[in-house]
This record gives sequence, structure tokens and C-alpha cells, in this order.
Amino acid sequence: MTTFRLTRVLIAILCCTSLLAATSARAEQVVVYSARIEQLIKPMFDAFTRETGIEVKFVTDKEGALLARLKAEGRNTPADMLITSDAGNLWEAAREGLLRPVESEVLESNIPAHLRDPGKQWFGLSVRARTLVYNTQKVKPDELSTYEALADPRWKGRLCLRTSKKVYNQSLVAVMIDELGEAKTEQIVKGWVANLATDPLSDDTRALEFVAAGKCDVTVVNTYYYGRLMEKTPSLPLAIFWPNQAGSGVHVNISGAGITRHAHAAPAAIRLLEFLSSEQAQNLFADVNMEYPANPRVASAPAVAAWGGFKQNPINLVRAGELQTEAVKLMDRAGYR
Amino acid sequence: MALLVLIPVGTVASSFLVPADDVWRHLAETTLPGLLANTFWLALGVAGGTVSLGVGLAWLTAVCEFPGRRFFSWALLLPLAIPAYVTAFVALGLLDYTGPVQTALRAWLGTDPGWFPDVRSRGGVITVMVLAFYPYVYLLARNAFLTQGRRSLEAAQSLGLTPRQGFLRVALPMARPWIAGGTMLALMETLSDFGTVAVFNYDTFTTAIYKAWFGMFSLTAASQLATLLVVIVLATMLVEQRFRSRMRYAEARQGQHMRRIALSGGHAWLAAALASATLFLSFLLPVTQLAIWAGGVFSQDFDRRYLEFFGHSLLLSLLATLLVCGFALLVTYAARRHGDALTRVAVRVATIGYALPGAVLAVGVFIPVAWLDNRLADLAAAFLDSGSGLLLQGTLLAVLAAYTTRFLAVGHSPIDSAMQRITGSIDEAARGLGLSGWAMLRRVHLPMLRGGIFTAAALVFVDVMKEMPITLMTRPFGWDTLAVRIFEMTSEGAWEQAALPAVALVLAGLLPIMLLVRQTERH
Amino acid sequence: MPPLLEIRGIHHRYGEQKAVRQLSLTLDMGQIGCLLGPSGCGKTTVLRCIAGFEPVSDGTILLNGTEVSTKDFCVPPERRHVGMVFQDYALFPHLTVAANIGFGLHRMEKSARAARVAELLQTVGLTDTATRYPHELSGGQQQRVALARALAPRPDLLLLDEPFSNLDVTLRERLSLEVRDILRQQNATAMLVTHDQDEAFAMADRIGVMQAGEIRQWDTAYNLYHRPANRFVAEFIGQGVFLAGRILDADHVEIDLGTLKGRVQHACAPDCTPCTDHPVDVLIRPDDIVHDDASPLQAEVLHKAFRGADILYTLRLPGGAVALSLIPSHHDHAIGGTIGIRLEVDHVVAFNRTAP
Repeated sequence: MTTFRLTRVLIAILCCTSLLAATSARAEQVVVYSARIEQLIKPMFDAFTRETGIEVKFVTDKEGALLARLKAEGRNTPADMLITSDAGNLWEAAREGLLRPVESEVLESNIPAHLRDPGKQWFGLSVRARTLVYNTQKVKPDELSTYEALADPRWKGRLCLRTSKKVYNQSLVAVMIDELGEAKTEQIVKGWVANLATDPLSDDTRALEFVAAGKCDVTVVNTYYYGRLMEKTPSLPLAIFWPNQAGSGVHVNISGAGITRHAHAAPAAIRLLEFLSSEQAQNLFADVNMEYPANPRVASAPAVAAWGGFKQNPINLVRAGELQTEAVKLMDRAGYR
Repeated sequence: MALLVLIPVGTVASSFLVPADDVWRHLAETTLPGLLANTFWLALGVAGGTVSLGVGLAWLTAVCEFPGRRFFSWALLLPLAIPAYVTAFVALGLLDYTGPVQTALRAWLGTDPGWFPDVRSRGGVITVMVLAFYPYVYLLARNAFLTQGRRSLEAAQSLGLTPRQGFLRVALPMARPWIAGGTMLALMETLSDFGTVAVFNYDTFTTAIYKAWFGMFSLTAASQLATLLVVIVLATMLVEQRFRSRMRYAEARQGQHMRRIALSGGHAWLAAALASATLFLSFLLPVTQLAIWAGGVFSQDFDRRYLEFFGHSLLLSLLATLLVCGFALLVTYAARRHGDALTRVAVRVATIGYALPGAVLAVGVFIPVAWLDNRLADLAAAFLDSGSGLLLQGTLLAVLAAYTTRFLAVGHSPIDSAMQRITGSIDEAARGLGLSGWAMLRRVHLPMLRGGIFTAAALVFVDVMKEMPITLMTRPFGWDTLAVRIFEMTSEGAWEQAALPAVALVLAGLLPIMLLVRQTERH
Repeated sequence: MPPLLEIRGIHHRYGEQKAVRQLSLTLDMGQIGCLLGPSGCGKTTVLRCIAGFEPVSDGTILLNGTEVSTKDFCVPPERRHVGMVFQDYALFPHLTVAANIGFGLHRMEKSARAARVAELLQTVGLTDTATRYPHELSGGQQQRVALARALAPRPDLLLLDEPFSNLDVTLRERLSLEVRDILRQQNATAMLVTHDQDEAFAMADRIGVMQAGEIRQWDTAYNLYHRPANRFVAEFIGQGVFLAGRILDADHVEIDLGTLKGRVQHACAPDCTPCTDHPVDVLIRPDDIVHDDASPLQAEVLHKAFRGADILYTLRLPGGAVALSLIPSHHDHAIGGTIGIRLEVDHVVAFNRTAP
């Protein structure tokens, strides 16, 4: 019985193998490893294929897994492009030598300098702004000013934060370390922790819900979570406040991409990357998730634009990658879970 | 054979060749003591909870008679089909500060009731995990009680023990390998879990593993931490095994007729109430919530691709189930034939993959597969003079190998327990009749192991279907499953959209559970 | 003082099937009783009813004069103070021998328990095996552990369900005597179930022969053999043949081989008085026919079975009937030869002639 079973399994596997081998005889195609999920990339890929005839094949996973995968596959990797939803992992991929520099005037003109790697190995494609959101019934906007000010004792018991395990908080703190130094930053993070109304929450949406329900008064989230929640329940007493406008600006992270070092179809992949940074694709890229386009010549979606303009922190995101480990350690020390 | 399974675990363990002192030092100085305490209490709580609930319910449905027993005996398995993190999310969504329950309470009382327990707490995580994992213990313990026969209980009664005392002092100890097996599965799930604790933001050892990897970009440190976790689990298992090394659990023969203990009025309703409450909390509530969410997004999200996801999930689970059960049978059999300590330890190590966090094990599988693939590609390039690319990764081979590594423990536990019921004299009788090797396995053991094999198959099937990190990392292009779909939705926080694939997953998971139930009912 | 065990007309049914009907018996303190019968006669069911594992559908079981089973209620087994030795012993595989024996002493304090266990280990001669597990023992040892375990709490009544059926013949004989001695020594009252009459004879003071859920006779071994109450008992117990005969008067029966003298039992129907000239079947046991070379009665040897001290001959009697005879083995006759025989019937057992 078991032998029979095993044979059947083997036969099934062989069938699948041959089937897949047949399909892998490739036309011109680009293979993408993406940590940005299918719904947020497929429309652009489809548009690219319509325009160029180049097929885009992709597989989604978490950043860490994709990086480990690229590393293990080495020069035989099928992947031509890596897409992530944060800068830190692109920085790490570049550091591990998994990406290659790309010389492209198109990309350099489309993407602002602070949103791309000075080593030209990766490029931001959409901007994820991390801002303050407050309960309009309990907080007046003039009470708010900066991320740092949330450490002030007057916010005791009034602050909600997402867990420090999320990369957006890690990059926010990393950038603060760059600007303020480690000691000052640690003091601020400790201040935040002391002001928490409840244990750190598992995601931004939940943090927003807690503010809306009155458990706390203010939180730090990415704008698109706010956008999504308000779209569903417009009556919530929530509003965005753009912090640090008098100083360095709102902390932004990116969803971005790079070409893999061992890409087989590098020219086509670069074409795809350029396409994604173009005015034609940028709206789609940002708008599907209520993010901001990276290309400054492209206007954001009307719903997003309605939240008002803001000054971005112009620090190059390479620093966020470089200081991420420090940031994680600092938050551990400060007791920020 | 066991060696094959050991490769991924070995790959993970080999991380110790590279130092990652700074991460260790940092963890030791800051969060590690807290994490260890958290993990310890969580493991203890989940073990205690799953044993009490699982064994209690198994006893009620296997030995007693109360209203609805037949229904509950299979319905209580249903929570298996729901991934724990989904239950967690639903529970939190309903009971947290912003959930409908507390919101309604606040509206009703006009103020914030301070007495409402904080759901995002140790107790909350433990409760959710117990509700999600008790079926492992329930299923195995029930199997034990069904095959135990009633003679020993009668003997206990004739010696002056009440049925309750008989349960505690005879039935329970005699079901020990089963209960230990089920509890081990629940514990390994608990220790390797990331999704559920992430929803609760409850930091465990696994949290540290992921933090080292994703936050501090040190896969090395992550692997080392994971290895440590595995060593702890392994030690626990070996200690438990040592304690019962000389005991035997085979019963000479079953009683001719089983008269169920008919519970009297009050007790019968209490039993029914316990079963109903468990079923309600662990299955009906989450599924109802999921169905409501899914209903909301059904019209815009549901398309023909779901058929494909469904098909992929079923096919992968089916193949993996056959493979895992075959392997588990082999491993169990090897341990039976060669009962020395070395084999026993090897078997334990081979089943340890279940205790590794899924994503770490995925890497452990992926690295050797990619290595082999690269060698193959080099070979092909040398002979064919063409870059053929990677071979194995494009196939289901990698993903199936990974599943086998991860779920061997799940398949092994029930089959191994069933093997305990087969006395040595049966082997001798069979050998006396001229059977040996394959013939003995096929004609004697397999029929006797049927119950165990079906249990194993159902567990593996459902577990593979729910599995996420390995599927994500090792699936061939285009092989998206329901679990992948759930990942896609949840990774950007779109829980309500994730409900649609989650409901589909639950439905697909019901299939093997129904089959299993029909098999055990015939028992 | 009431009998220790009294069963009054109990019935038991599994579903539609009646396993026990109208069964009554009594057992006094210190006695060993036995239910004997072919398999499927319901004897084990009676035992399980006494133990409280099975309810009765009618009738009453009393222990020490207290009702424990009626059709309306059933005292649970653990409150009856009745011990049981199971056919398959049902030793707890996860406990050592000592722990098995001490199992029923859970209410006793630790030192007293240890002493009692040691005492029983010695009684059954298993002191060396105290720390072993059941699967490490031989069948006979397991049997003795089961007995010791059941005796440990000093039950009012000990039930033994086919206790020796899993053992080989020589062990069975030795153990049954040993067990009897142990029971006597402990002054235990016991009820045994078996299909083996030698075992029943060796152990029991009172034996009930069962058939199809009913007790056909509840009596001493001697009476069952020599004064069977009915044809079934006569046939089931011991060996023998029925020879056609005729009742002459209250003290005489005539068969082909001559006239038998003795009290005629169980012959006439109540309405048949005076009881004369009534056709009957007379039970002739092998020991009723003795060897006598001088006798005019000559029988032909059809078959012989050597038994050591005796030979069991199957003989064709002068009238053509076939009978058995147990004859000292120095009288060796060849098959086909003839033997001089004489009837020596102390207990005349005769039943009404059944329709052929």
C-alpha cells in the first residue's frame, strides 16, 4: 500500500515538473520577487506588458525570505528585480551584494535623490508618510508639533503606538538617531513609552481605532491606513497632523525596487523599473494603496491630496537602513515593545 | 531516510559556525529574560489548557453519553481548520477596547468599565491558543480512549474507585503517549507561532527570532536562536520519554462491548454545555465573523482565480499528506524494528522541524535545495552549453520536501501512538505465520494502524493547508494557494479581505475532518 | 444472619436477547461458589451483574442482606466492596506489580498499604517481582498479581471470571488448588465462573450448572455428579450414558442388565402415582460398571483410552446398548475382546423417557 502510494506521489510530481518545464520556455520576460503584495503591483505589470509585450512573472513573500532566497540561489537566481515595501531591506539587499547599480537618466530624473540609493542600486517608487493622527474631540491641532514632543509628560496616558517590530517605526527612530544622536533619541523613545495609554498595538489600523474610541488621543501611523479607515467610516473623529514642519519634515519611507545582481533579463527589468517611475505608472502605483507618488511631477490622488501638502524629511533613506539595527536595539533598551 | 529530514534542521543549526555575538549580547542585556519568562508561561498555559480541555472533551465524547455527543465528537475537531492567527485576530477584534463588546458596554454604562479584562494579555494569548490547539490533544486522546477498552476501568471500579477516580488513575495514565503526543504538537505549534503572538503583540522567543532577522538583518542570529528553541523542545521530549521508558500501553484485548457511561441529568447538560461553549468560541464565533467580513467583500474580490487557489491548496495538501504519512510510517517502523536509543533519538530529531518557526525552517529547506539546484545548473551548463536555470525550485519537489520536514511530527505522533497498541506478540504471531517485512506491514500493521494513519492524514492535511511561510518561499511561480492569498491580504492589514480566502480555507479543511470522523466513528 | 450473597430471580437482557432468566442462588460467608456452563450460557453476565457492571432487568441481588441491584437501581461497582479477577487479568500496564496490588488501597495510609502489599506479594509468592511491570511477567505470575490485587482491599466477595482459562493445563491445575488455598487462608467468599468442571470441582463448595441463561442446579459437586437434578446436568457433569429402563417401585428400577436397587430419584411426573411400570432412562456412570471376570455379563470392548491408573473402556453391553466403564489399568483387554462386568450402582438416577 505504501509503495503504491509513494509511486503515485512520484508520478504526480513528475507530471507537475514536466508541465512546469514546458511553460518555462520563455518569451521575453522579467521575473520579479516582490514583498509588495499582488494587488499593489499586478495592475502596473499588466500595463507594462500591454505597452511593451514583455511578460512579468512574479512571486510574493516577506522581505527577509526573499533576501534569503536571492542569496541562496546566487547567480542562478531566476529573479531580475526585487521589490520591497521599505527602504531598509533594499539597503540590506544592496549591502549583501544582491543588487546591481543601474545607470538610468530616466530614473534619476523621475525619483528625487533622497528616495534612491546614492550607489544607484535601488529606487523608491512610492512614498509612505508616517504622520500623527489625533482625536478631533480631545486634541486641538495647535497642541501638536513634532514626533519628539509626544515624549512630553503632558501626553501621559494619551499616546498609542504601533509595535516597535514594524519597520516603519524602526526607520522613524533610525532617522531620529541620525538627527538627534542616540542619547537624545533614547530619551524621547523612553518618553513615548512612559506616555502610552495601552500596550503597543499590532497594527496601524488598530492604533487609529483606539484613538477614535477615545482610549488615547494621538498616534503615529502611515497615512494610507488613515485613508483606508476613513473611507470605510468617514464619521470617525480623526484627523491628520503633519509633524516637524518647522524642522526636518515628515518621516517618509518608500516602497521601492532594485535590479538583482545576477539578473538574466537586466535590460527588460530596467525598462520595467523606468516604466514604474514614469508619470504613466506612478499614479497607479501610489493610488492603489493611497500612497504618495515618488515622482514629484505626479500629483497624488484627490482623496490623498485632500489631506494637505507637507514637507518631507529630505534625509536619504540609506541612513534609515544603516541605522535600523541601532534603532531596534535602542527601542529594546527603552522598553518599547 | 531520517537524514533527509535532518538536512534543513542541520542547515539552521549550522548557523552556529558564524558568530553573532552582538545580537546575543544585546538580547541578553535587554529583552531576553522577559521573552523567556513570557515563552515559559505561554507554553505552560497552553499545555495545561489544551490538556484539560482536549482530554476532558475526548473523555466525554469517547466514553460518556450526553445529549449531542455524536455531533460534538466530530464538530469539536472543526477548529483545526482555522489558522490560530485568524482566531486571534477575530477574538481581538471582538473583545478589545475598540471591539463591539466593549464599545457596547461603554455605551450602555455610559463610562469606561475598568473591570473588563485586558484581552491583549498573557491570559488572552493563552486562551486563544488553547482554543486553537486543543483539537490536537482532543483527537489523539480520543483515539486513545476509544482503543483503550473498558476492562481496565472496570478493574479500577471493582477495586473501589469511582469512574472519576478511575479516569484519573487508570484511563489517563494509560493514554499518556497519546496525550503527550498531542500536547507536544500543541506546544511545538505554540513555540513556533509568530502570527498569533504578533496579533497580541505578546513577545516570545520566536518574536526575538524574527526581530533578529527582519529588524537587525541577522539571519545567523535568528537561526541560532531557533536552534536553541529546538534543543529545549528536544530535551523536553526526551525527558518525557525517559519517564515512561519501561511502561507499556498495549491492552491485552478490548472488552467485548462498550457500555458508555450515561451521565445523569445535571452532569449530562454540563457536558453538553462545555462542548457547546468550546465549539462556539473556537469555531462558530470566528467563522461567523469571517463569513460576515467575507460577505462584505465577496462581490468585488471573488473571481475564478479562487478556484485555482482552492485547487492548489487541495493538491499540495494531498501530496504532502501522502508523503508525510509515508515518511512517518517509515520512521515509526524503523524505531519499532530497531528499538535502540540511537534510533529513538534520531526519530525525535527528525520530527523536530515542527518546533522551528515556519519562516526559519523555510530558509533551512531553501538553502540546501538551492545549493543542489546550483550544482545541477552547473552540470547542465557544462553539458548542454545553455543556461537552463534552476530545476528543482520550479517544481513542487522543494515545497513538498519542506512540508515533509515541517509536518513529520504531526504525522508521526498519531501513528507512533497507534503502534504502541500493537503488542509484540502480534509481531511474533505474524512472523510465526511466515509474514515479515513488507508483508507484515501491509497485512498486519497497516490495518491495525488505520485509525492512527487517518488521524495523521487529517492533521497533516489541514496543517499544510494553513501553512504560510514555507508555501510562500518554496512554491513555484503561479502556485498561489489560499494561505498565500491570506498573506497577501493581511500583510497590508486588510483583514476583512483576508476573510474570503480564510473562509475558503476553512471549507477546504472540513473535507478531511469529515472523512476522519467517518473513519473513527466506525472504530 | 443473612447469606453473604443472595440472588432472587434476576433477569438480564442485551437489547432483545435475554442473557439471564429467573436466576436465583445464595452463597454463605466463606463459601466458594461457581457458575459452570458452556460458553454463551450467560454465566459471565451473572458475574458482571453481581459486580454491578450490568444492571438487572428484573429480580434482586442482595449483598449481606442489602439490596444492591434491582430493576430500578444499581449500586455502582465501586461501592459494593466486591473484588474481581478478570479473564484477561486487566492488569494496569503502566503500573508496577506492587502498584497494581496496592491500587485498591488508595484510602489506606502509606505504611499500612505497603505492609498489605508485601503481605499479599508473599501470599502469592511474587515478592521478587514487586518492581516489575506486568508485561515482564509470565501468564501464571500475571494471574497471581490479578488475584492479589483483587484480594488486597479485603472485598466481601471476590468474583473470578474464567481465571485460569489463559493458562496451560498443568499450571491451571496447580494454580486452581493454590488459589483455593489462598482464598481459604484469607477466609474469602468467592464466586467463580468457568466452563471447566475439573476447575469447578477443585475450587468450589457450591456449583451452579447454567444453560441458556438459567441455573439448572445449584448444589455441591457430589450432588451434581451423583444426584443431577435433570438430564442436562447429568449429561454436562461427568461422563455416562443413559440406558432404557422401567421403574418397578420406589426402590427398584429394571434395565436390560438386571434390576437396580436404591432410591429412585427424579423419575415420575407428579401426577404419576403410584409410580410403577414407568418407562425411564437410567444414568450409568463409568464407575457404575465394575470389572468382574466371574460375572456372567460379558461386554465387547469397542474402544479404550488409557488413563494411567485406569482405562476408560467403551463397551457394547449384551442388550446392544453402549456404555462407559472405568476399570483399573492392570485389567488390559484388547479392542474386540470381551470383559466380564457387574453393575454397582449406589445412586440410581433415572429420568422420564424422552421421546426418541
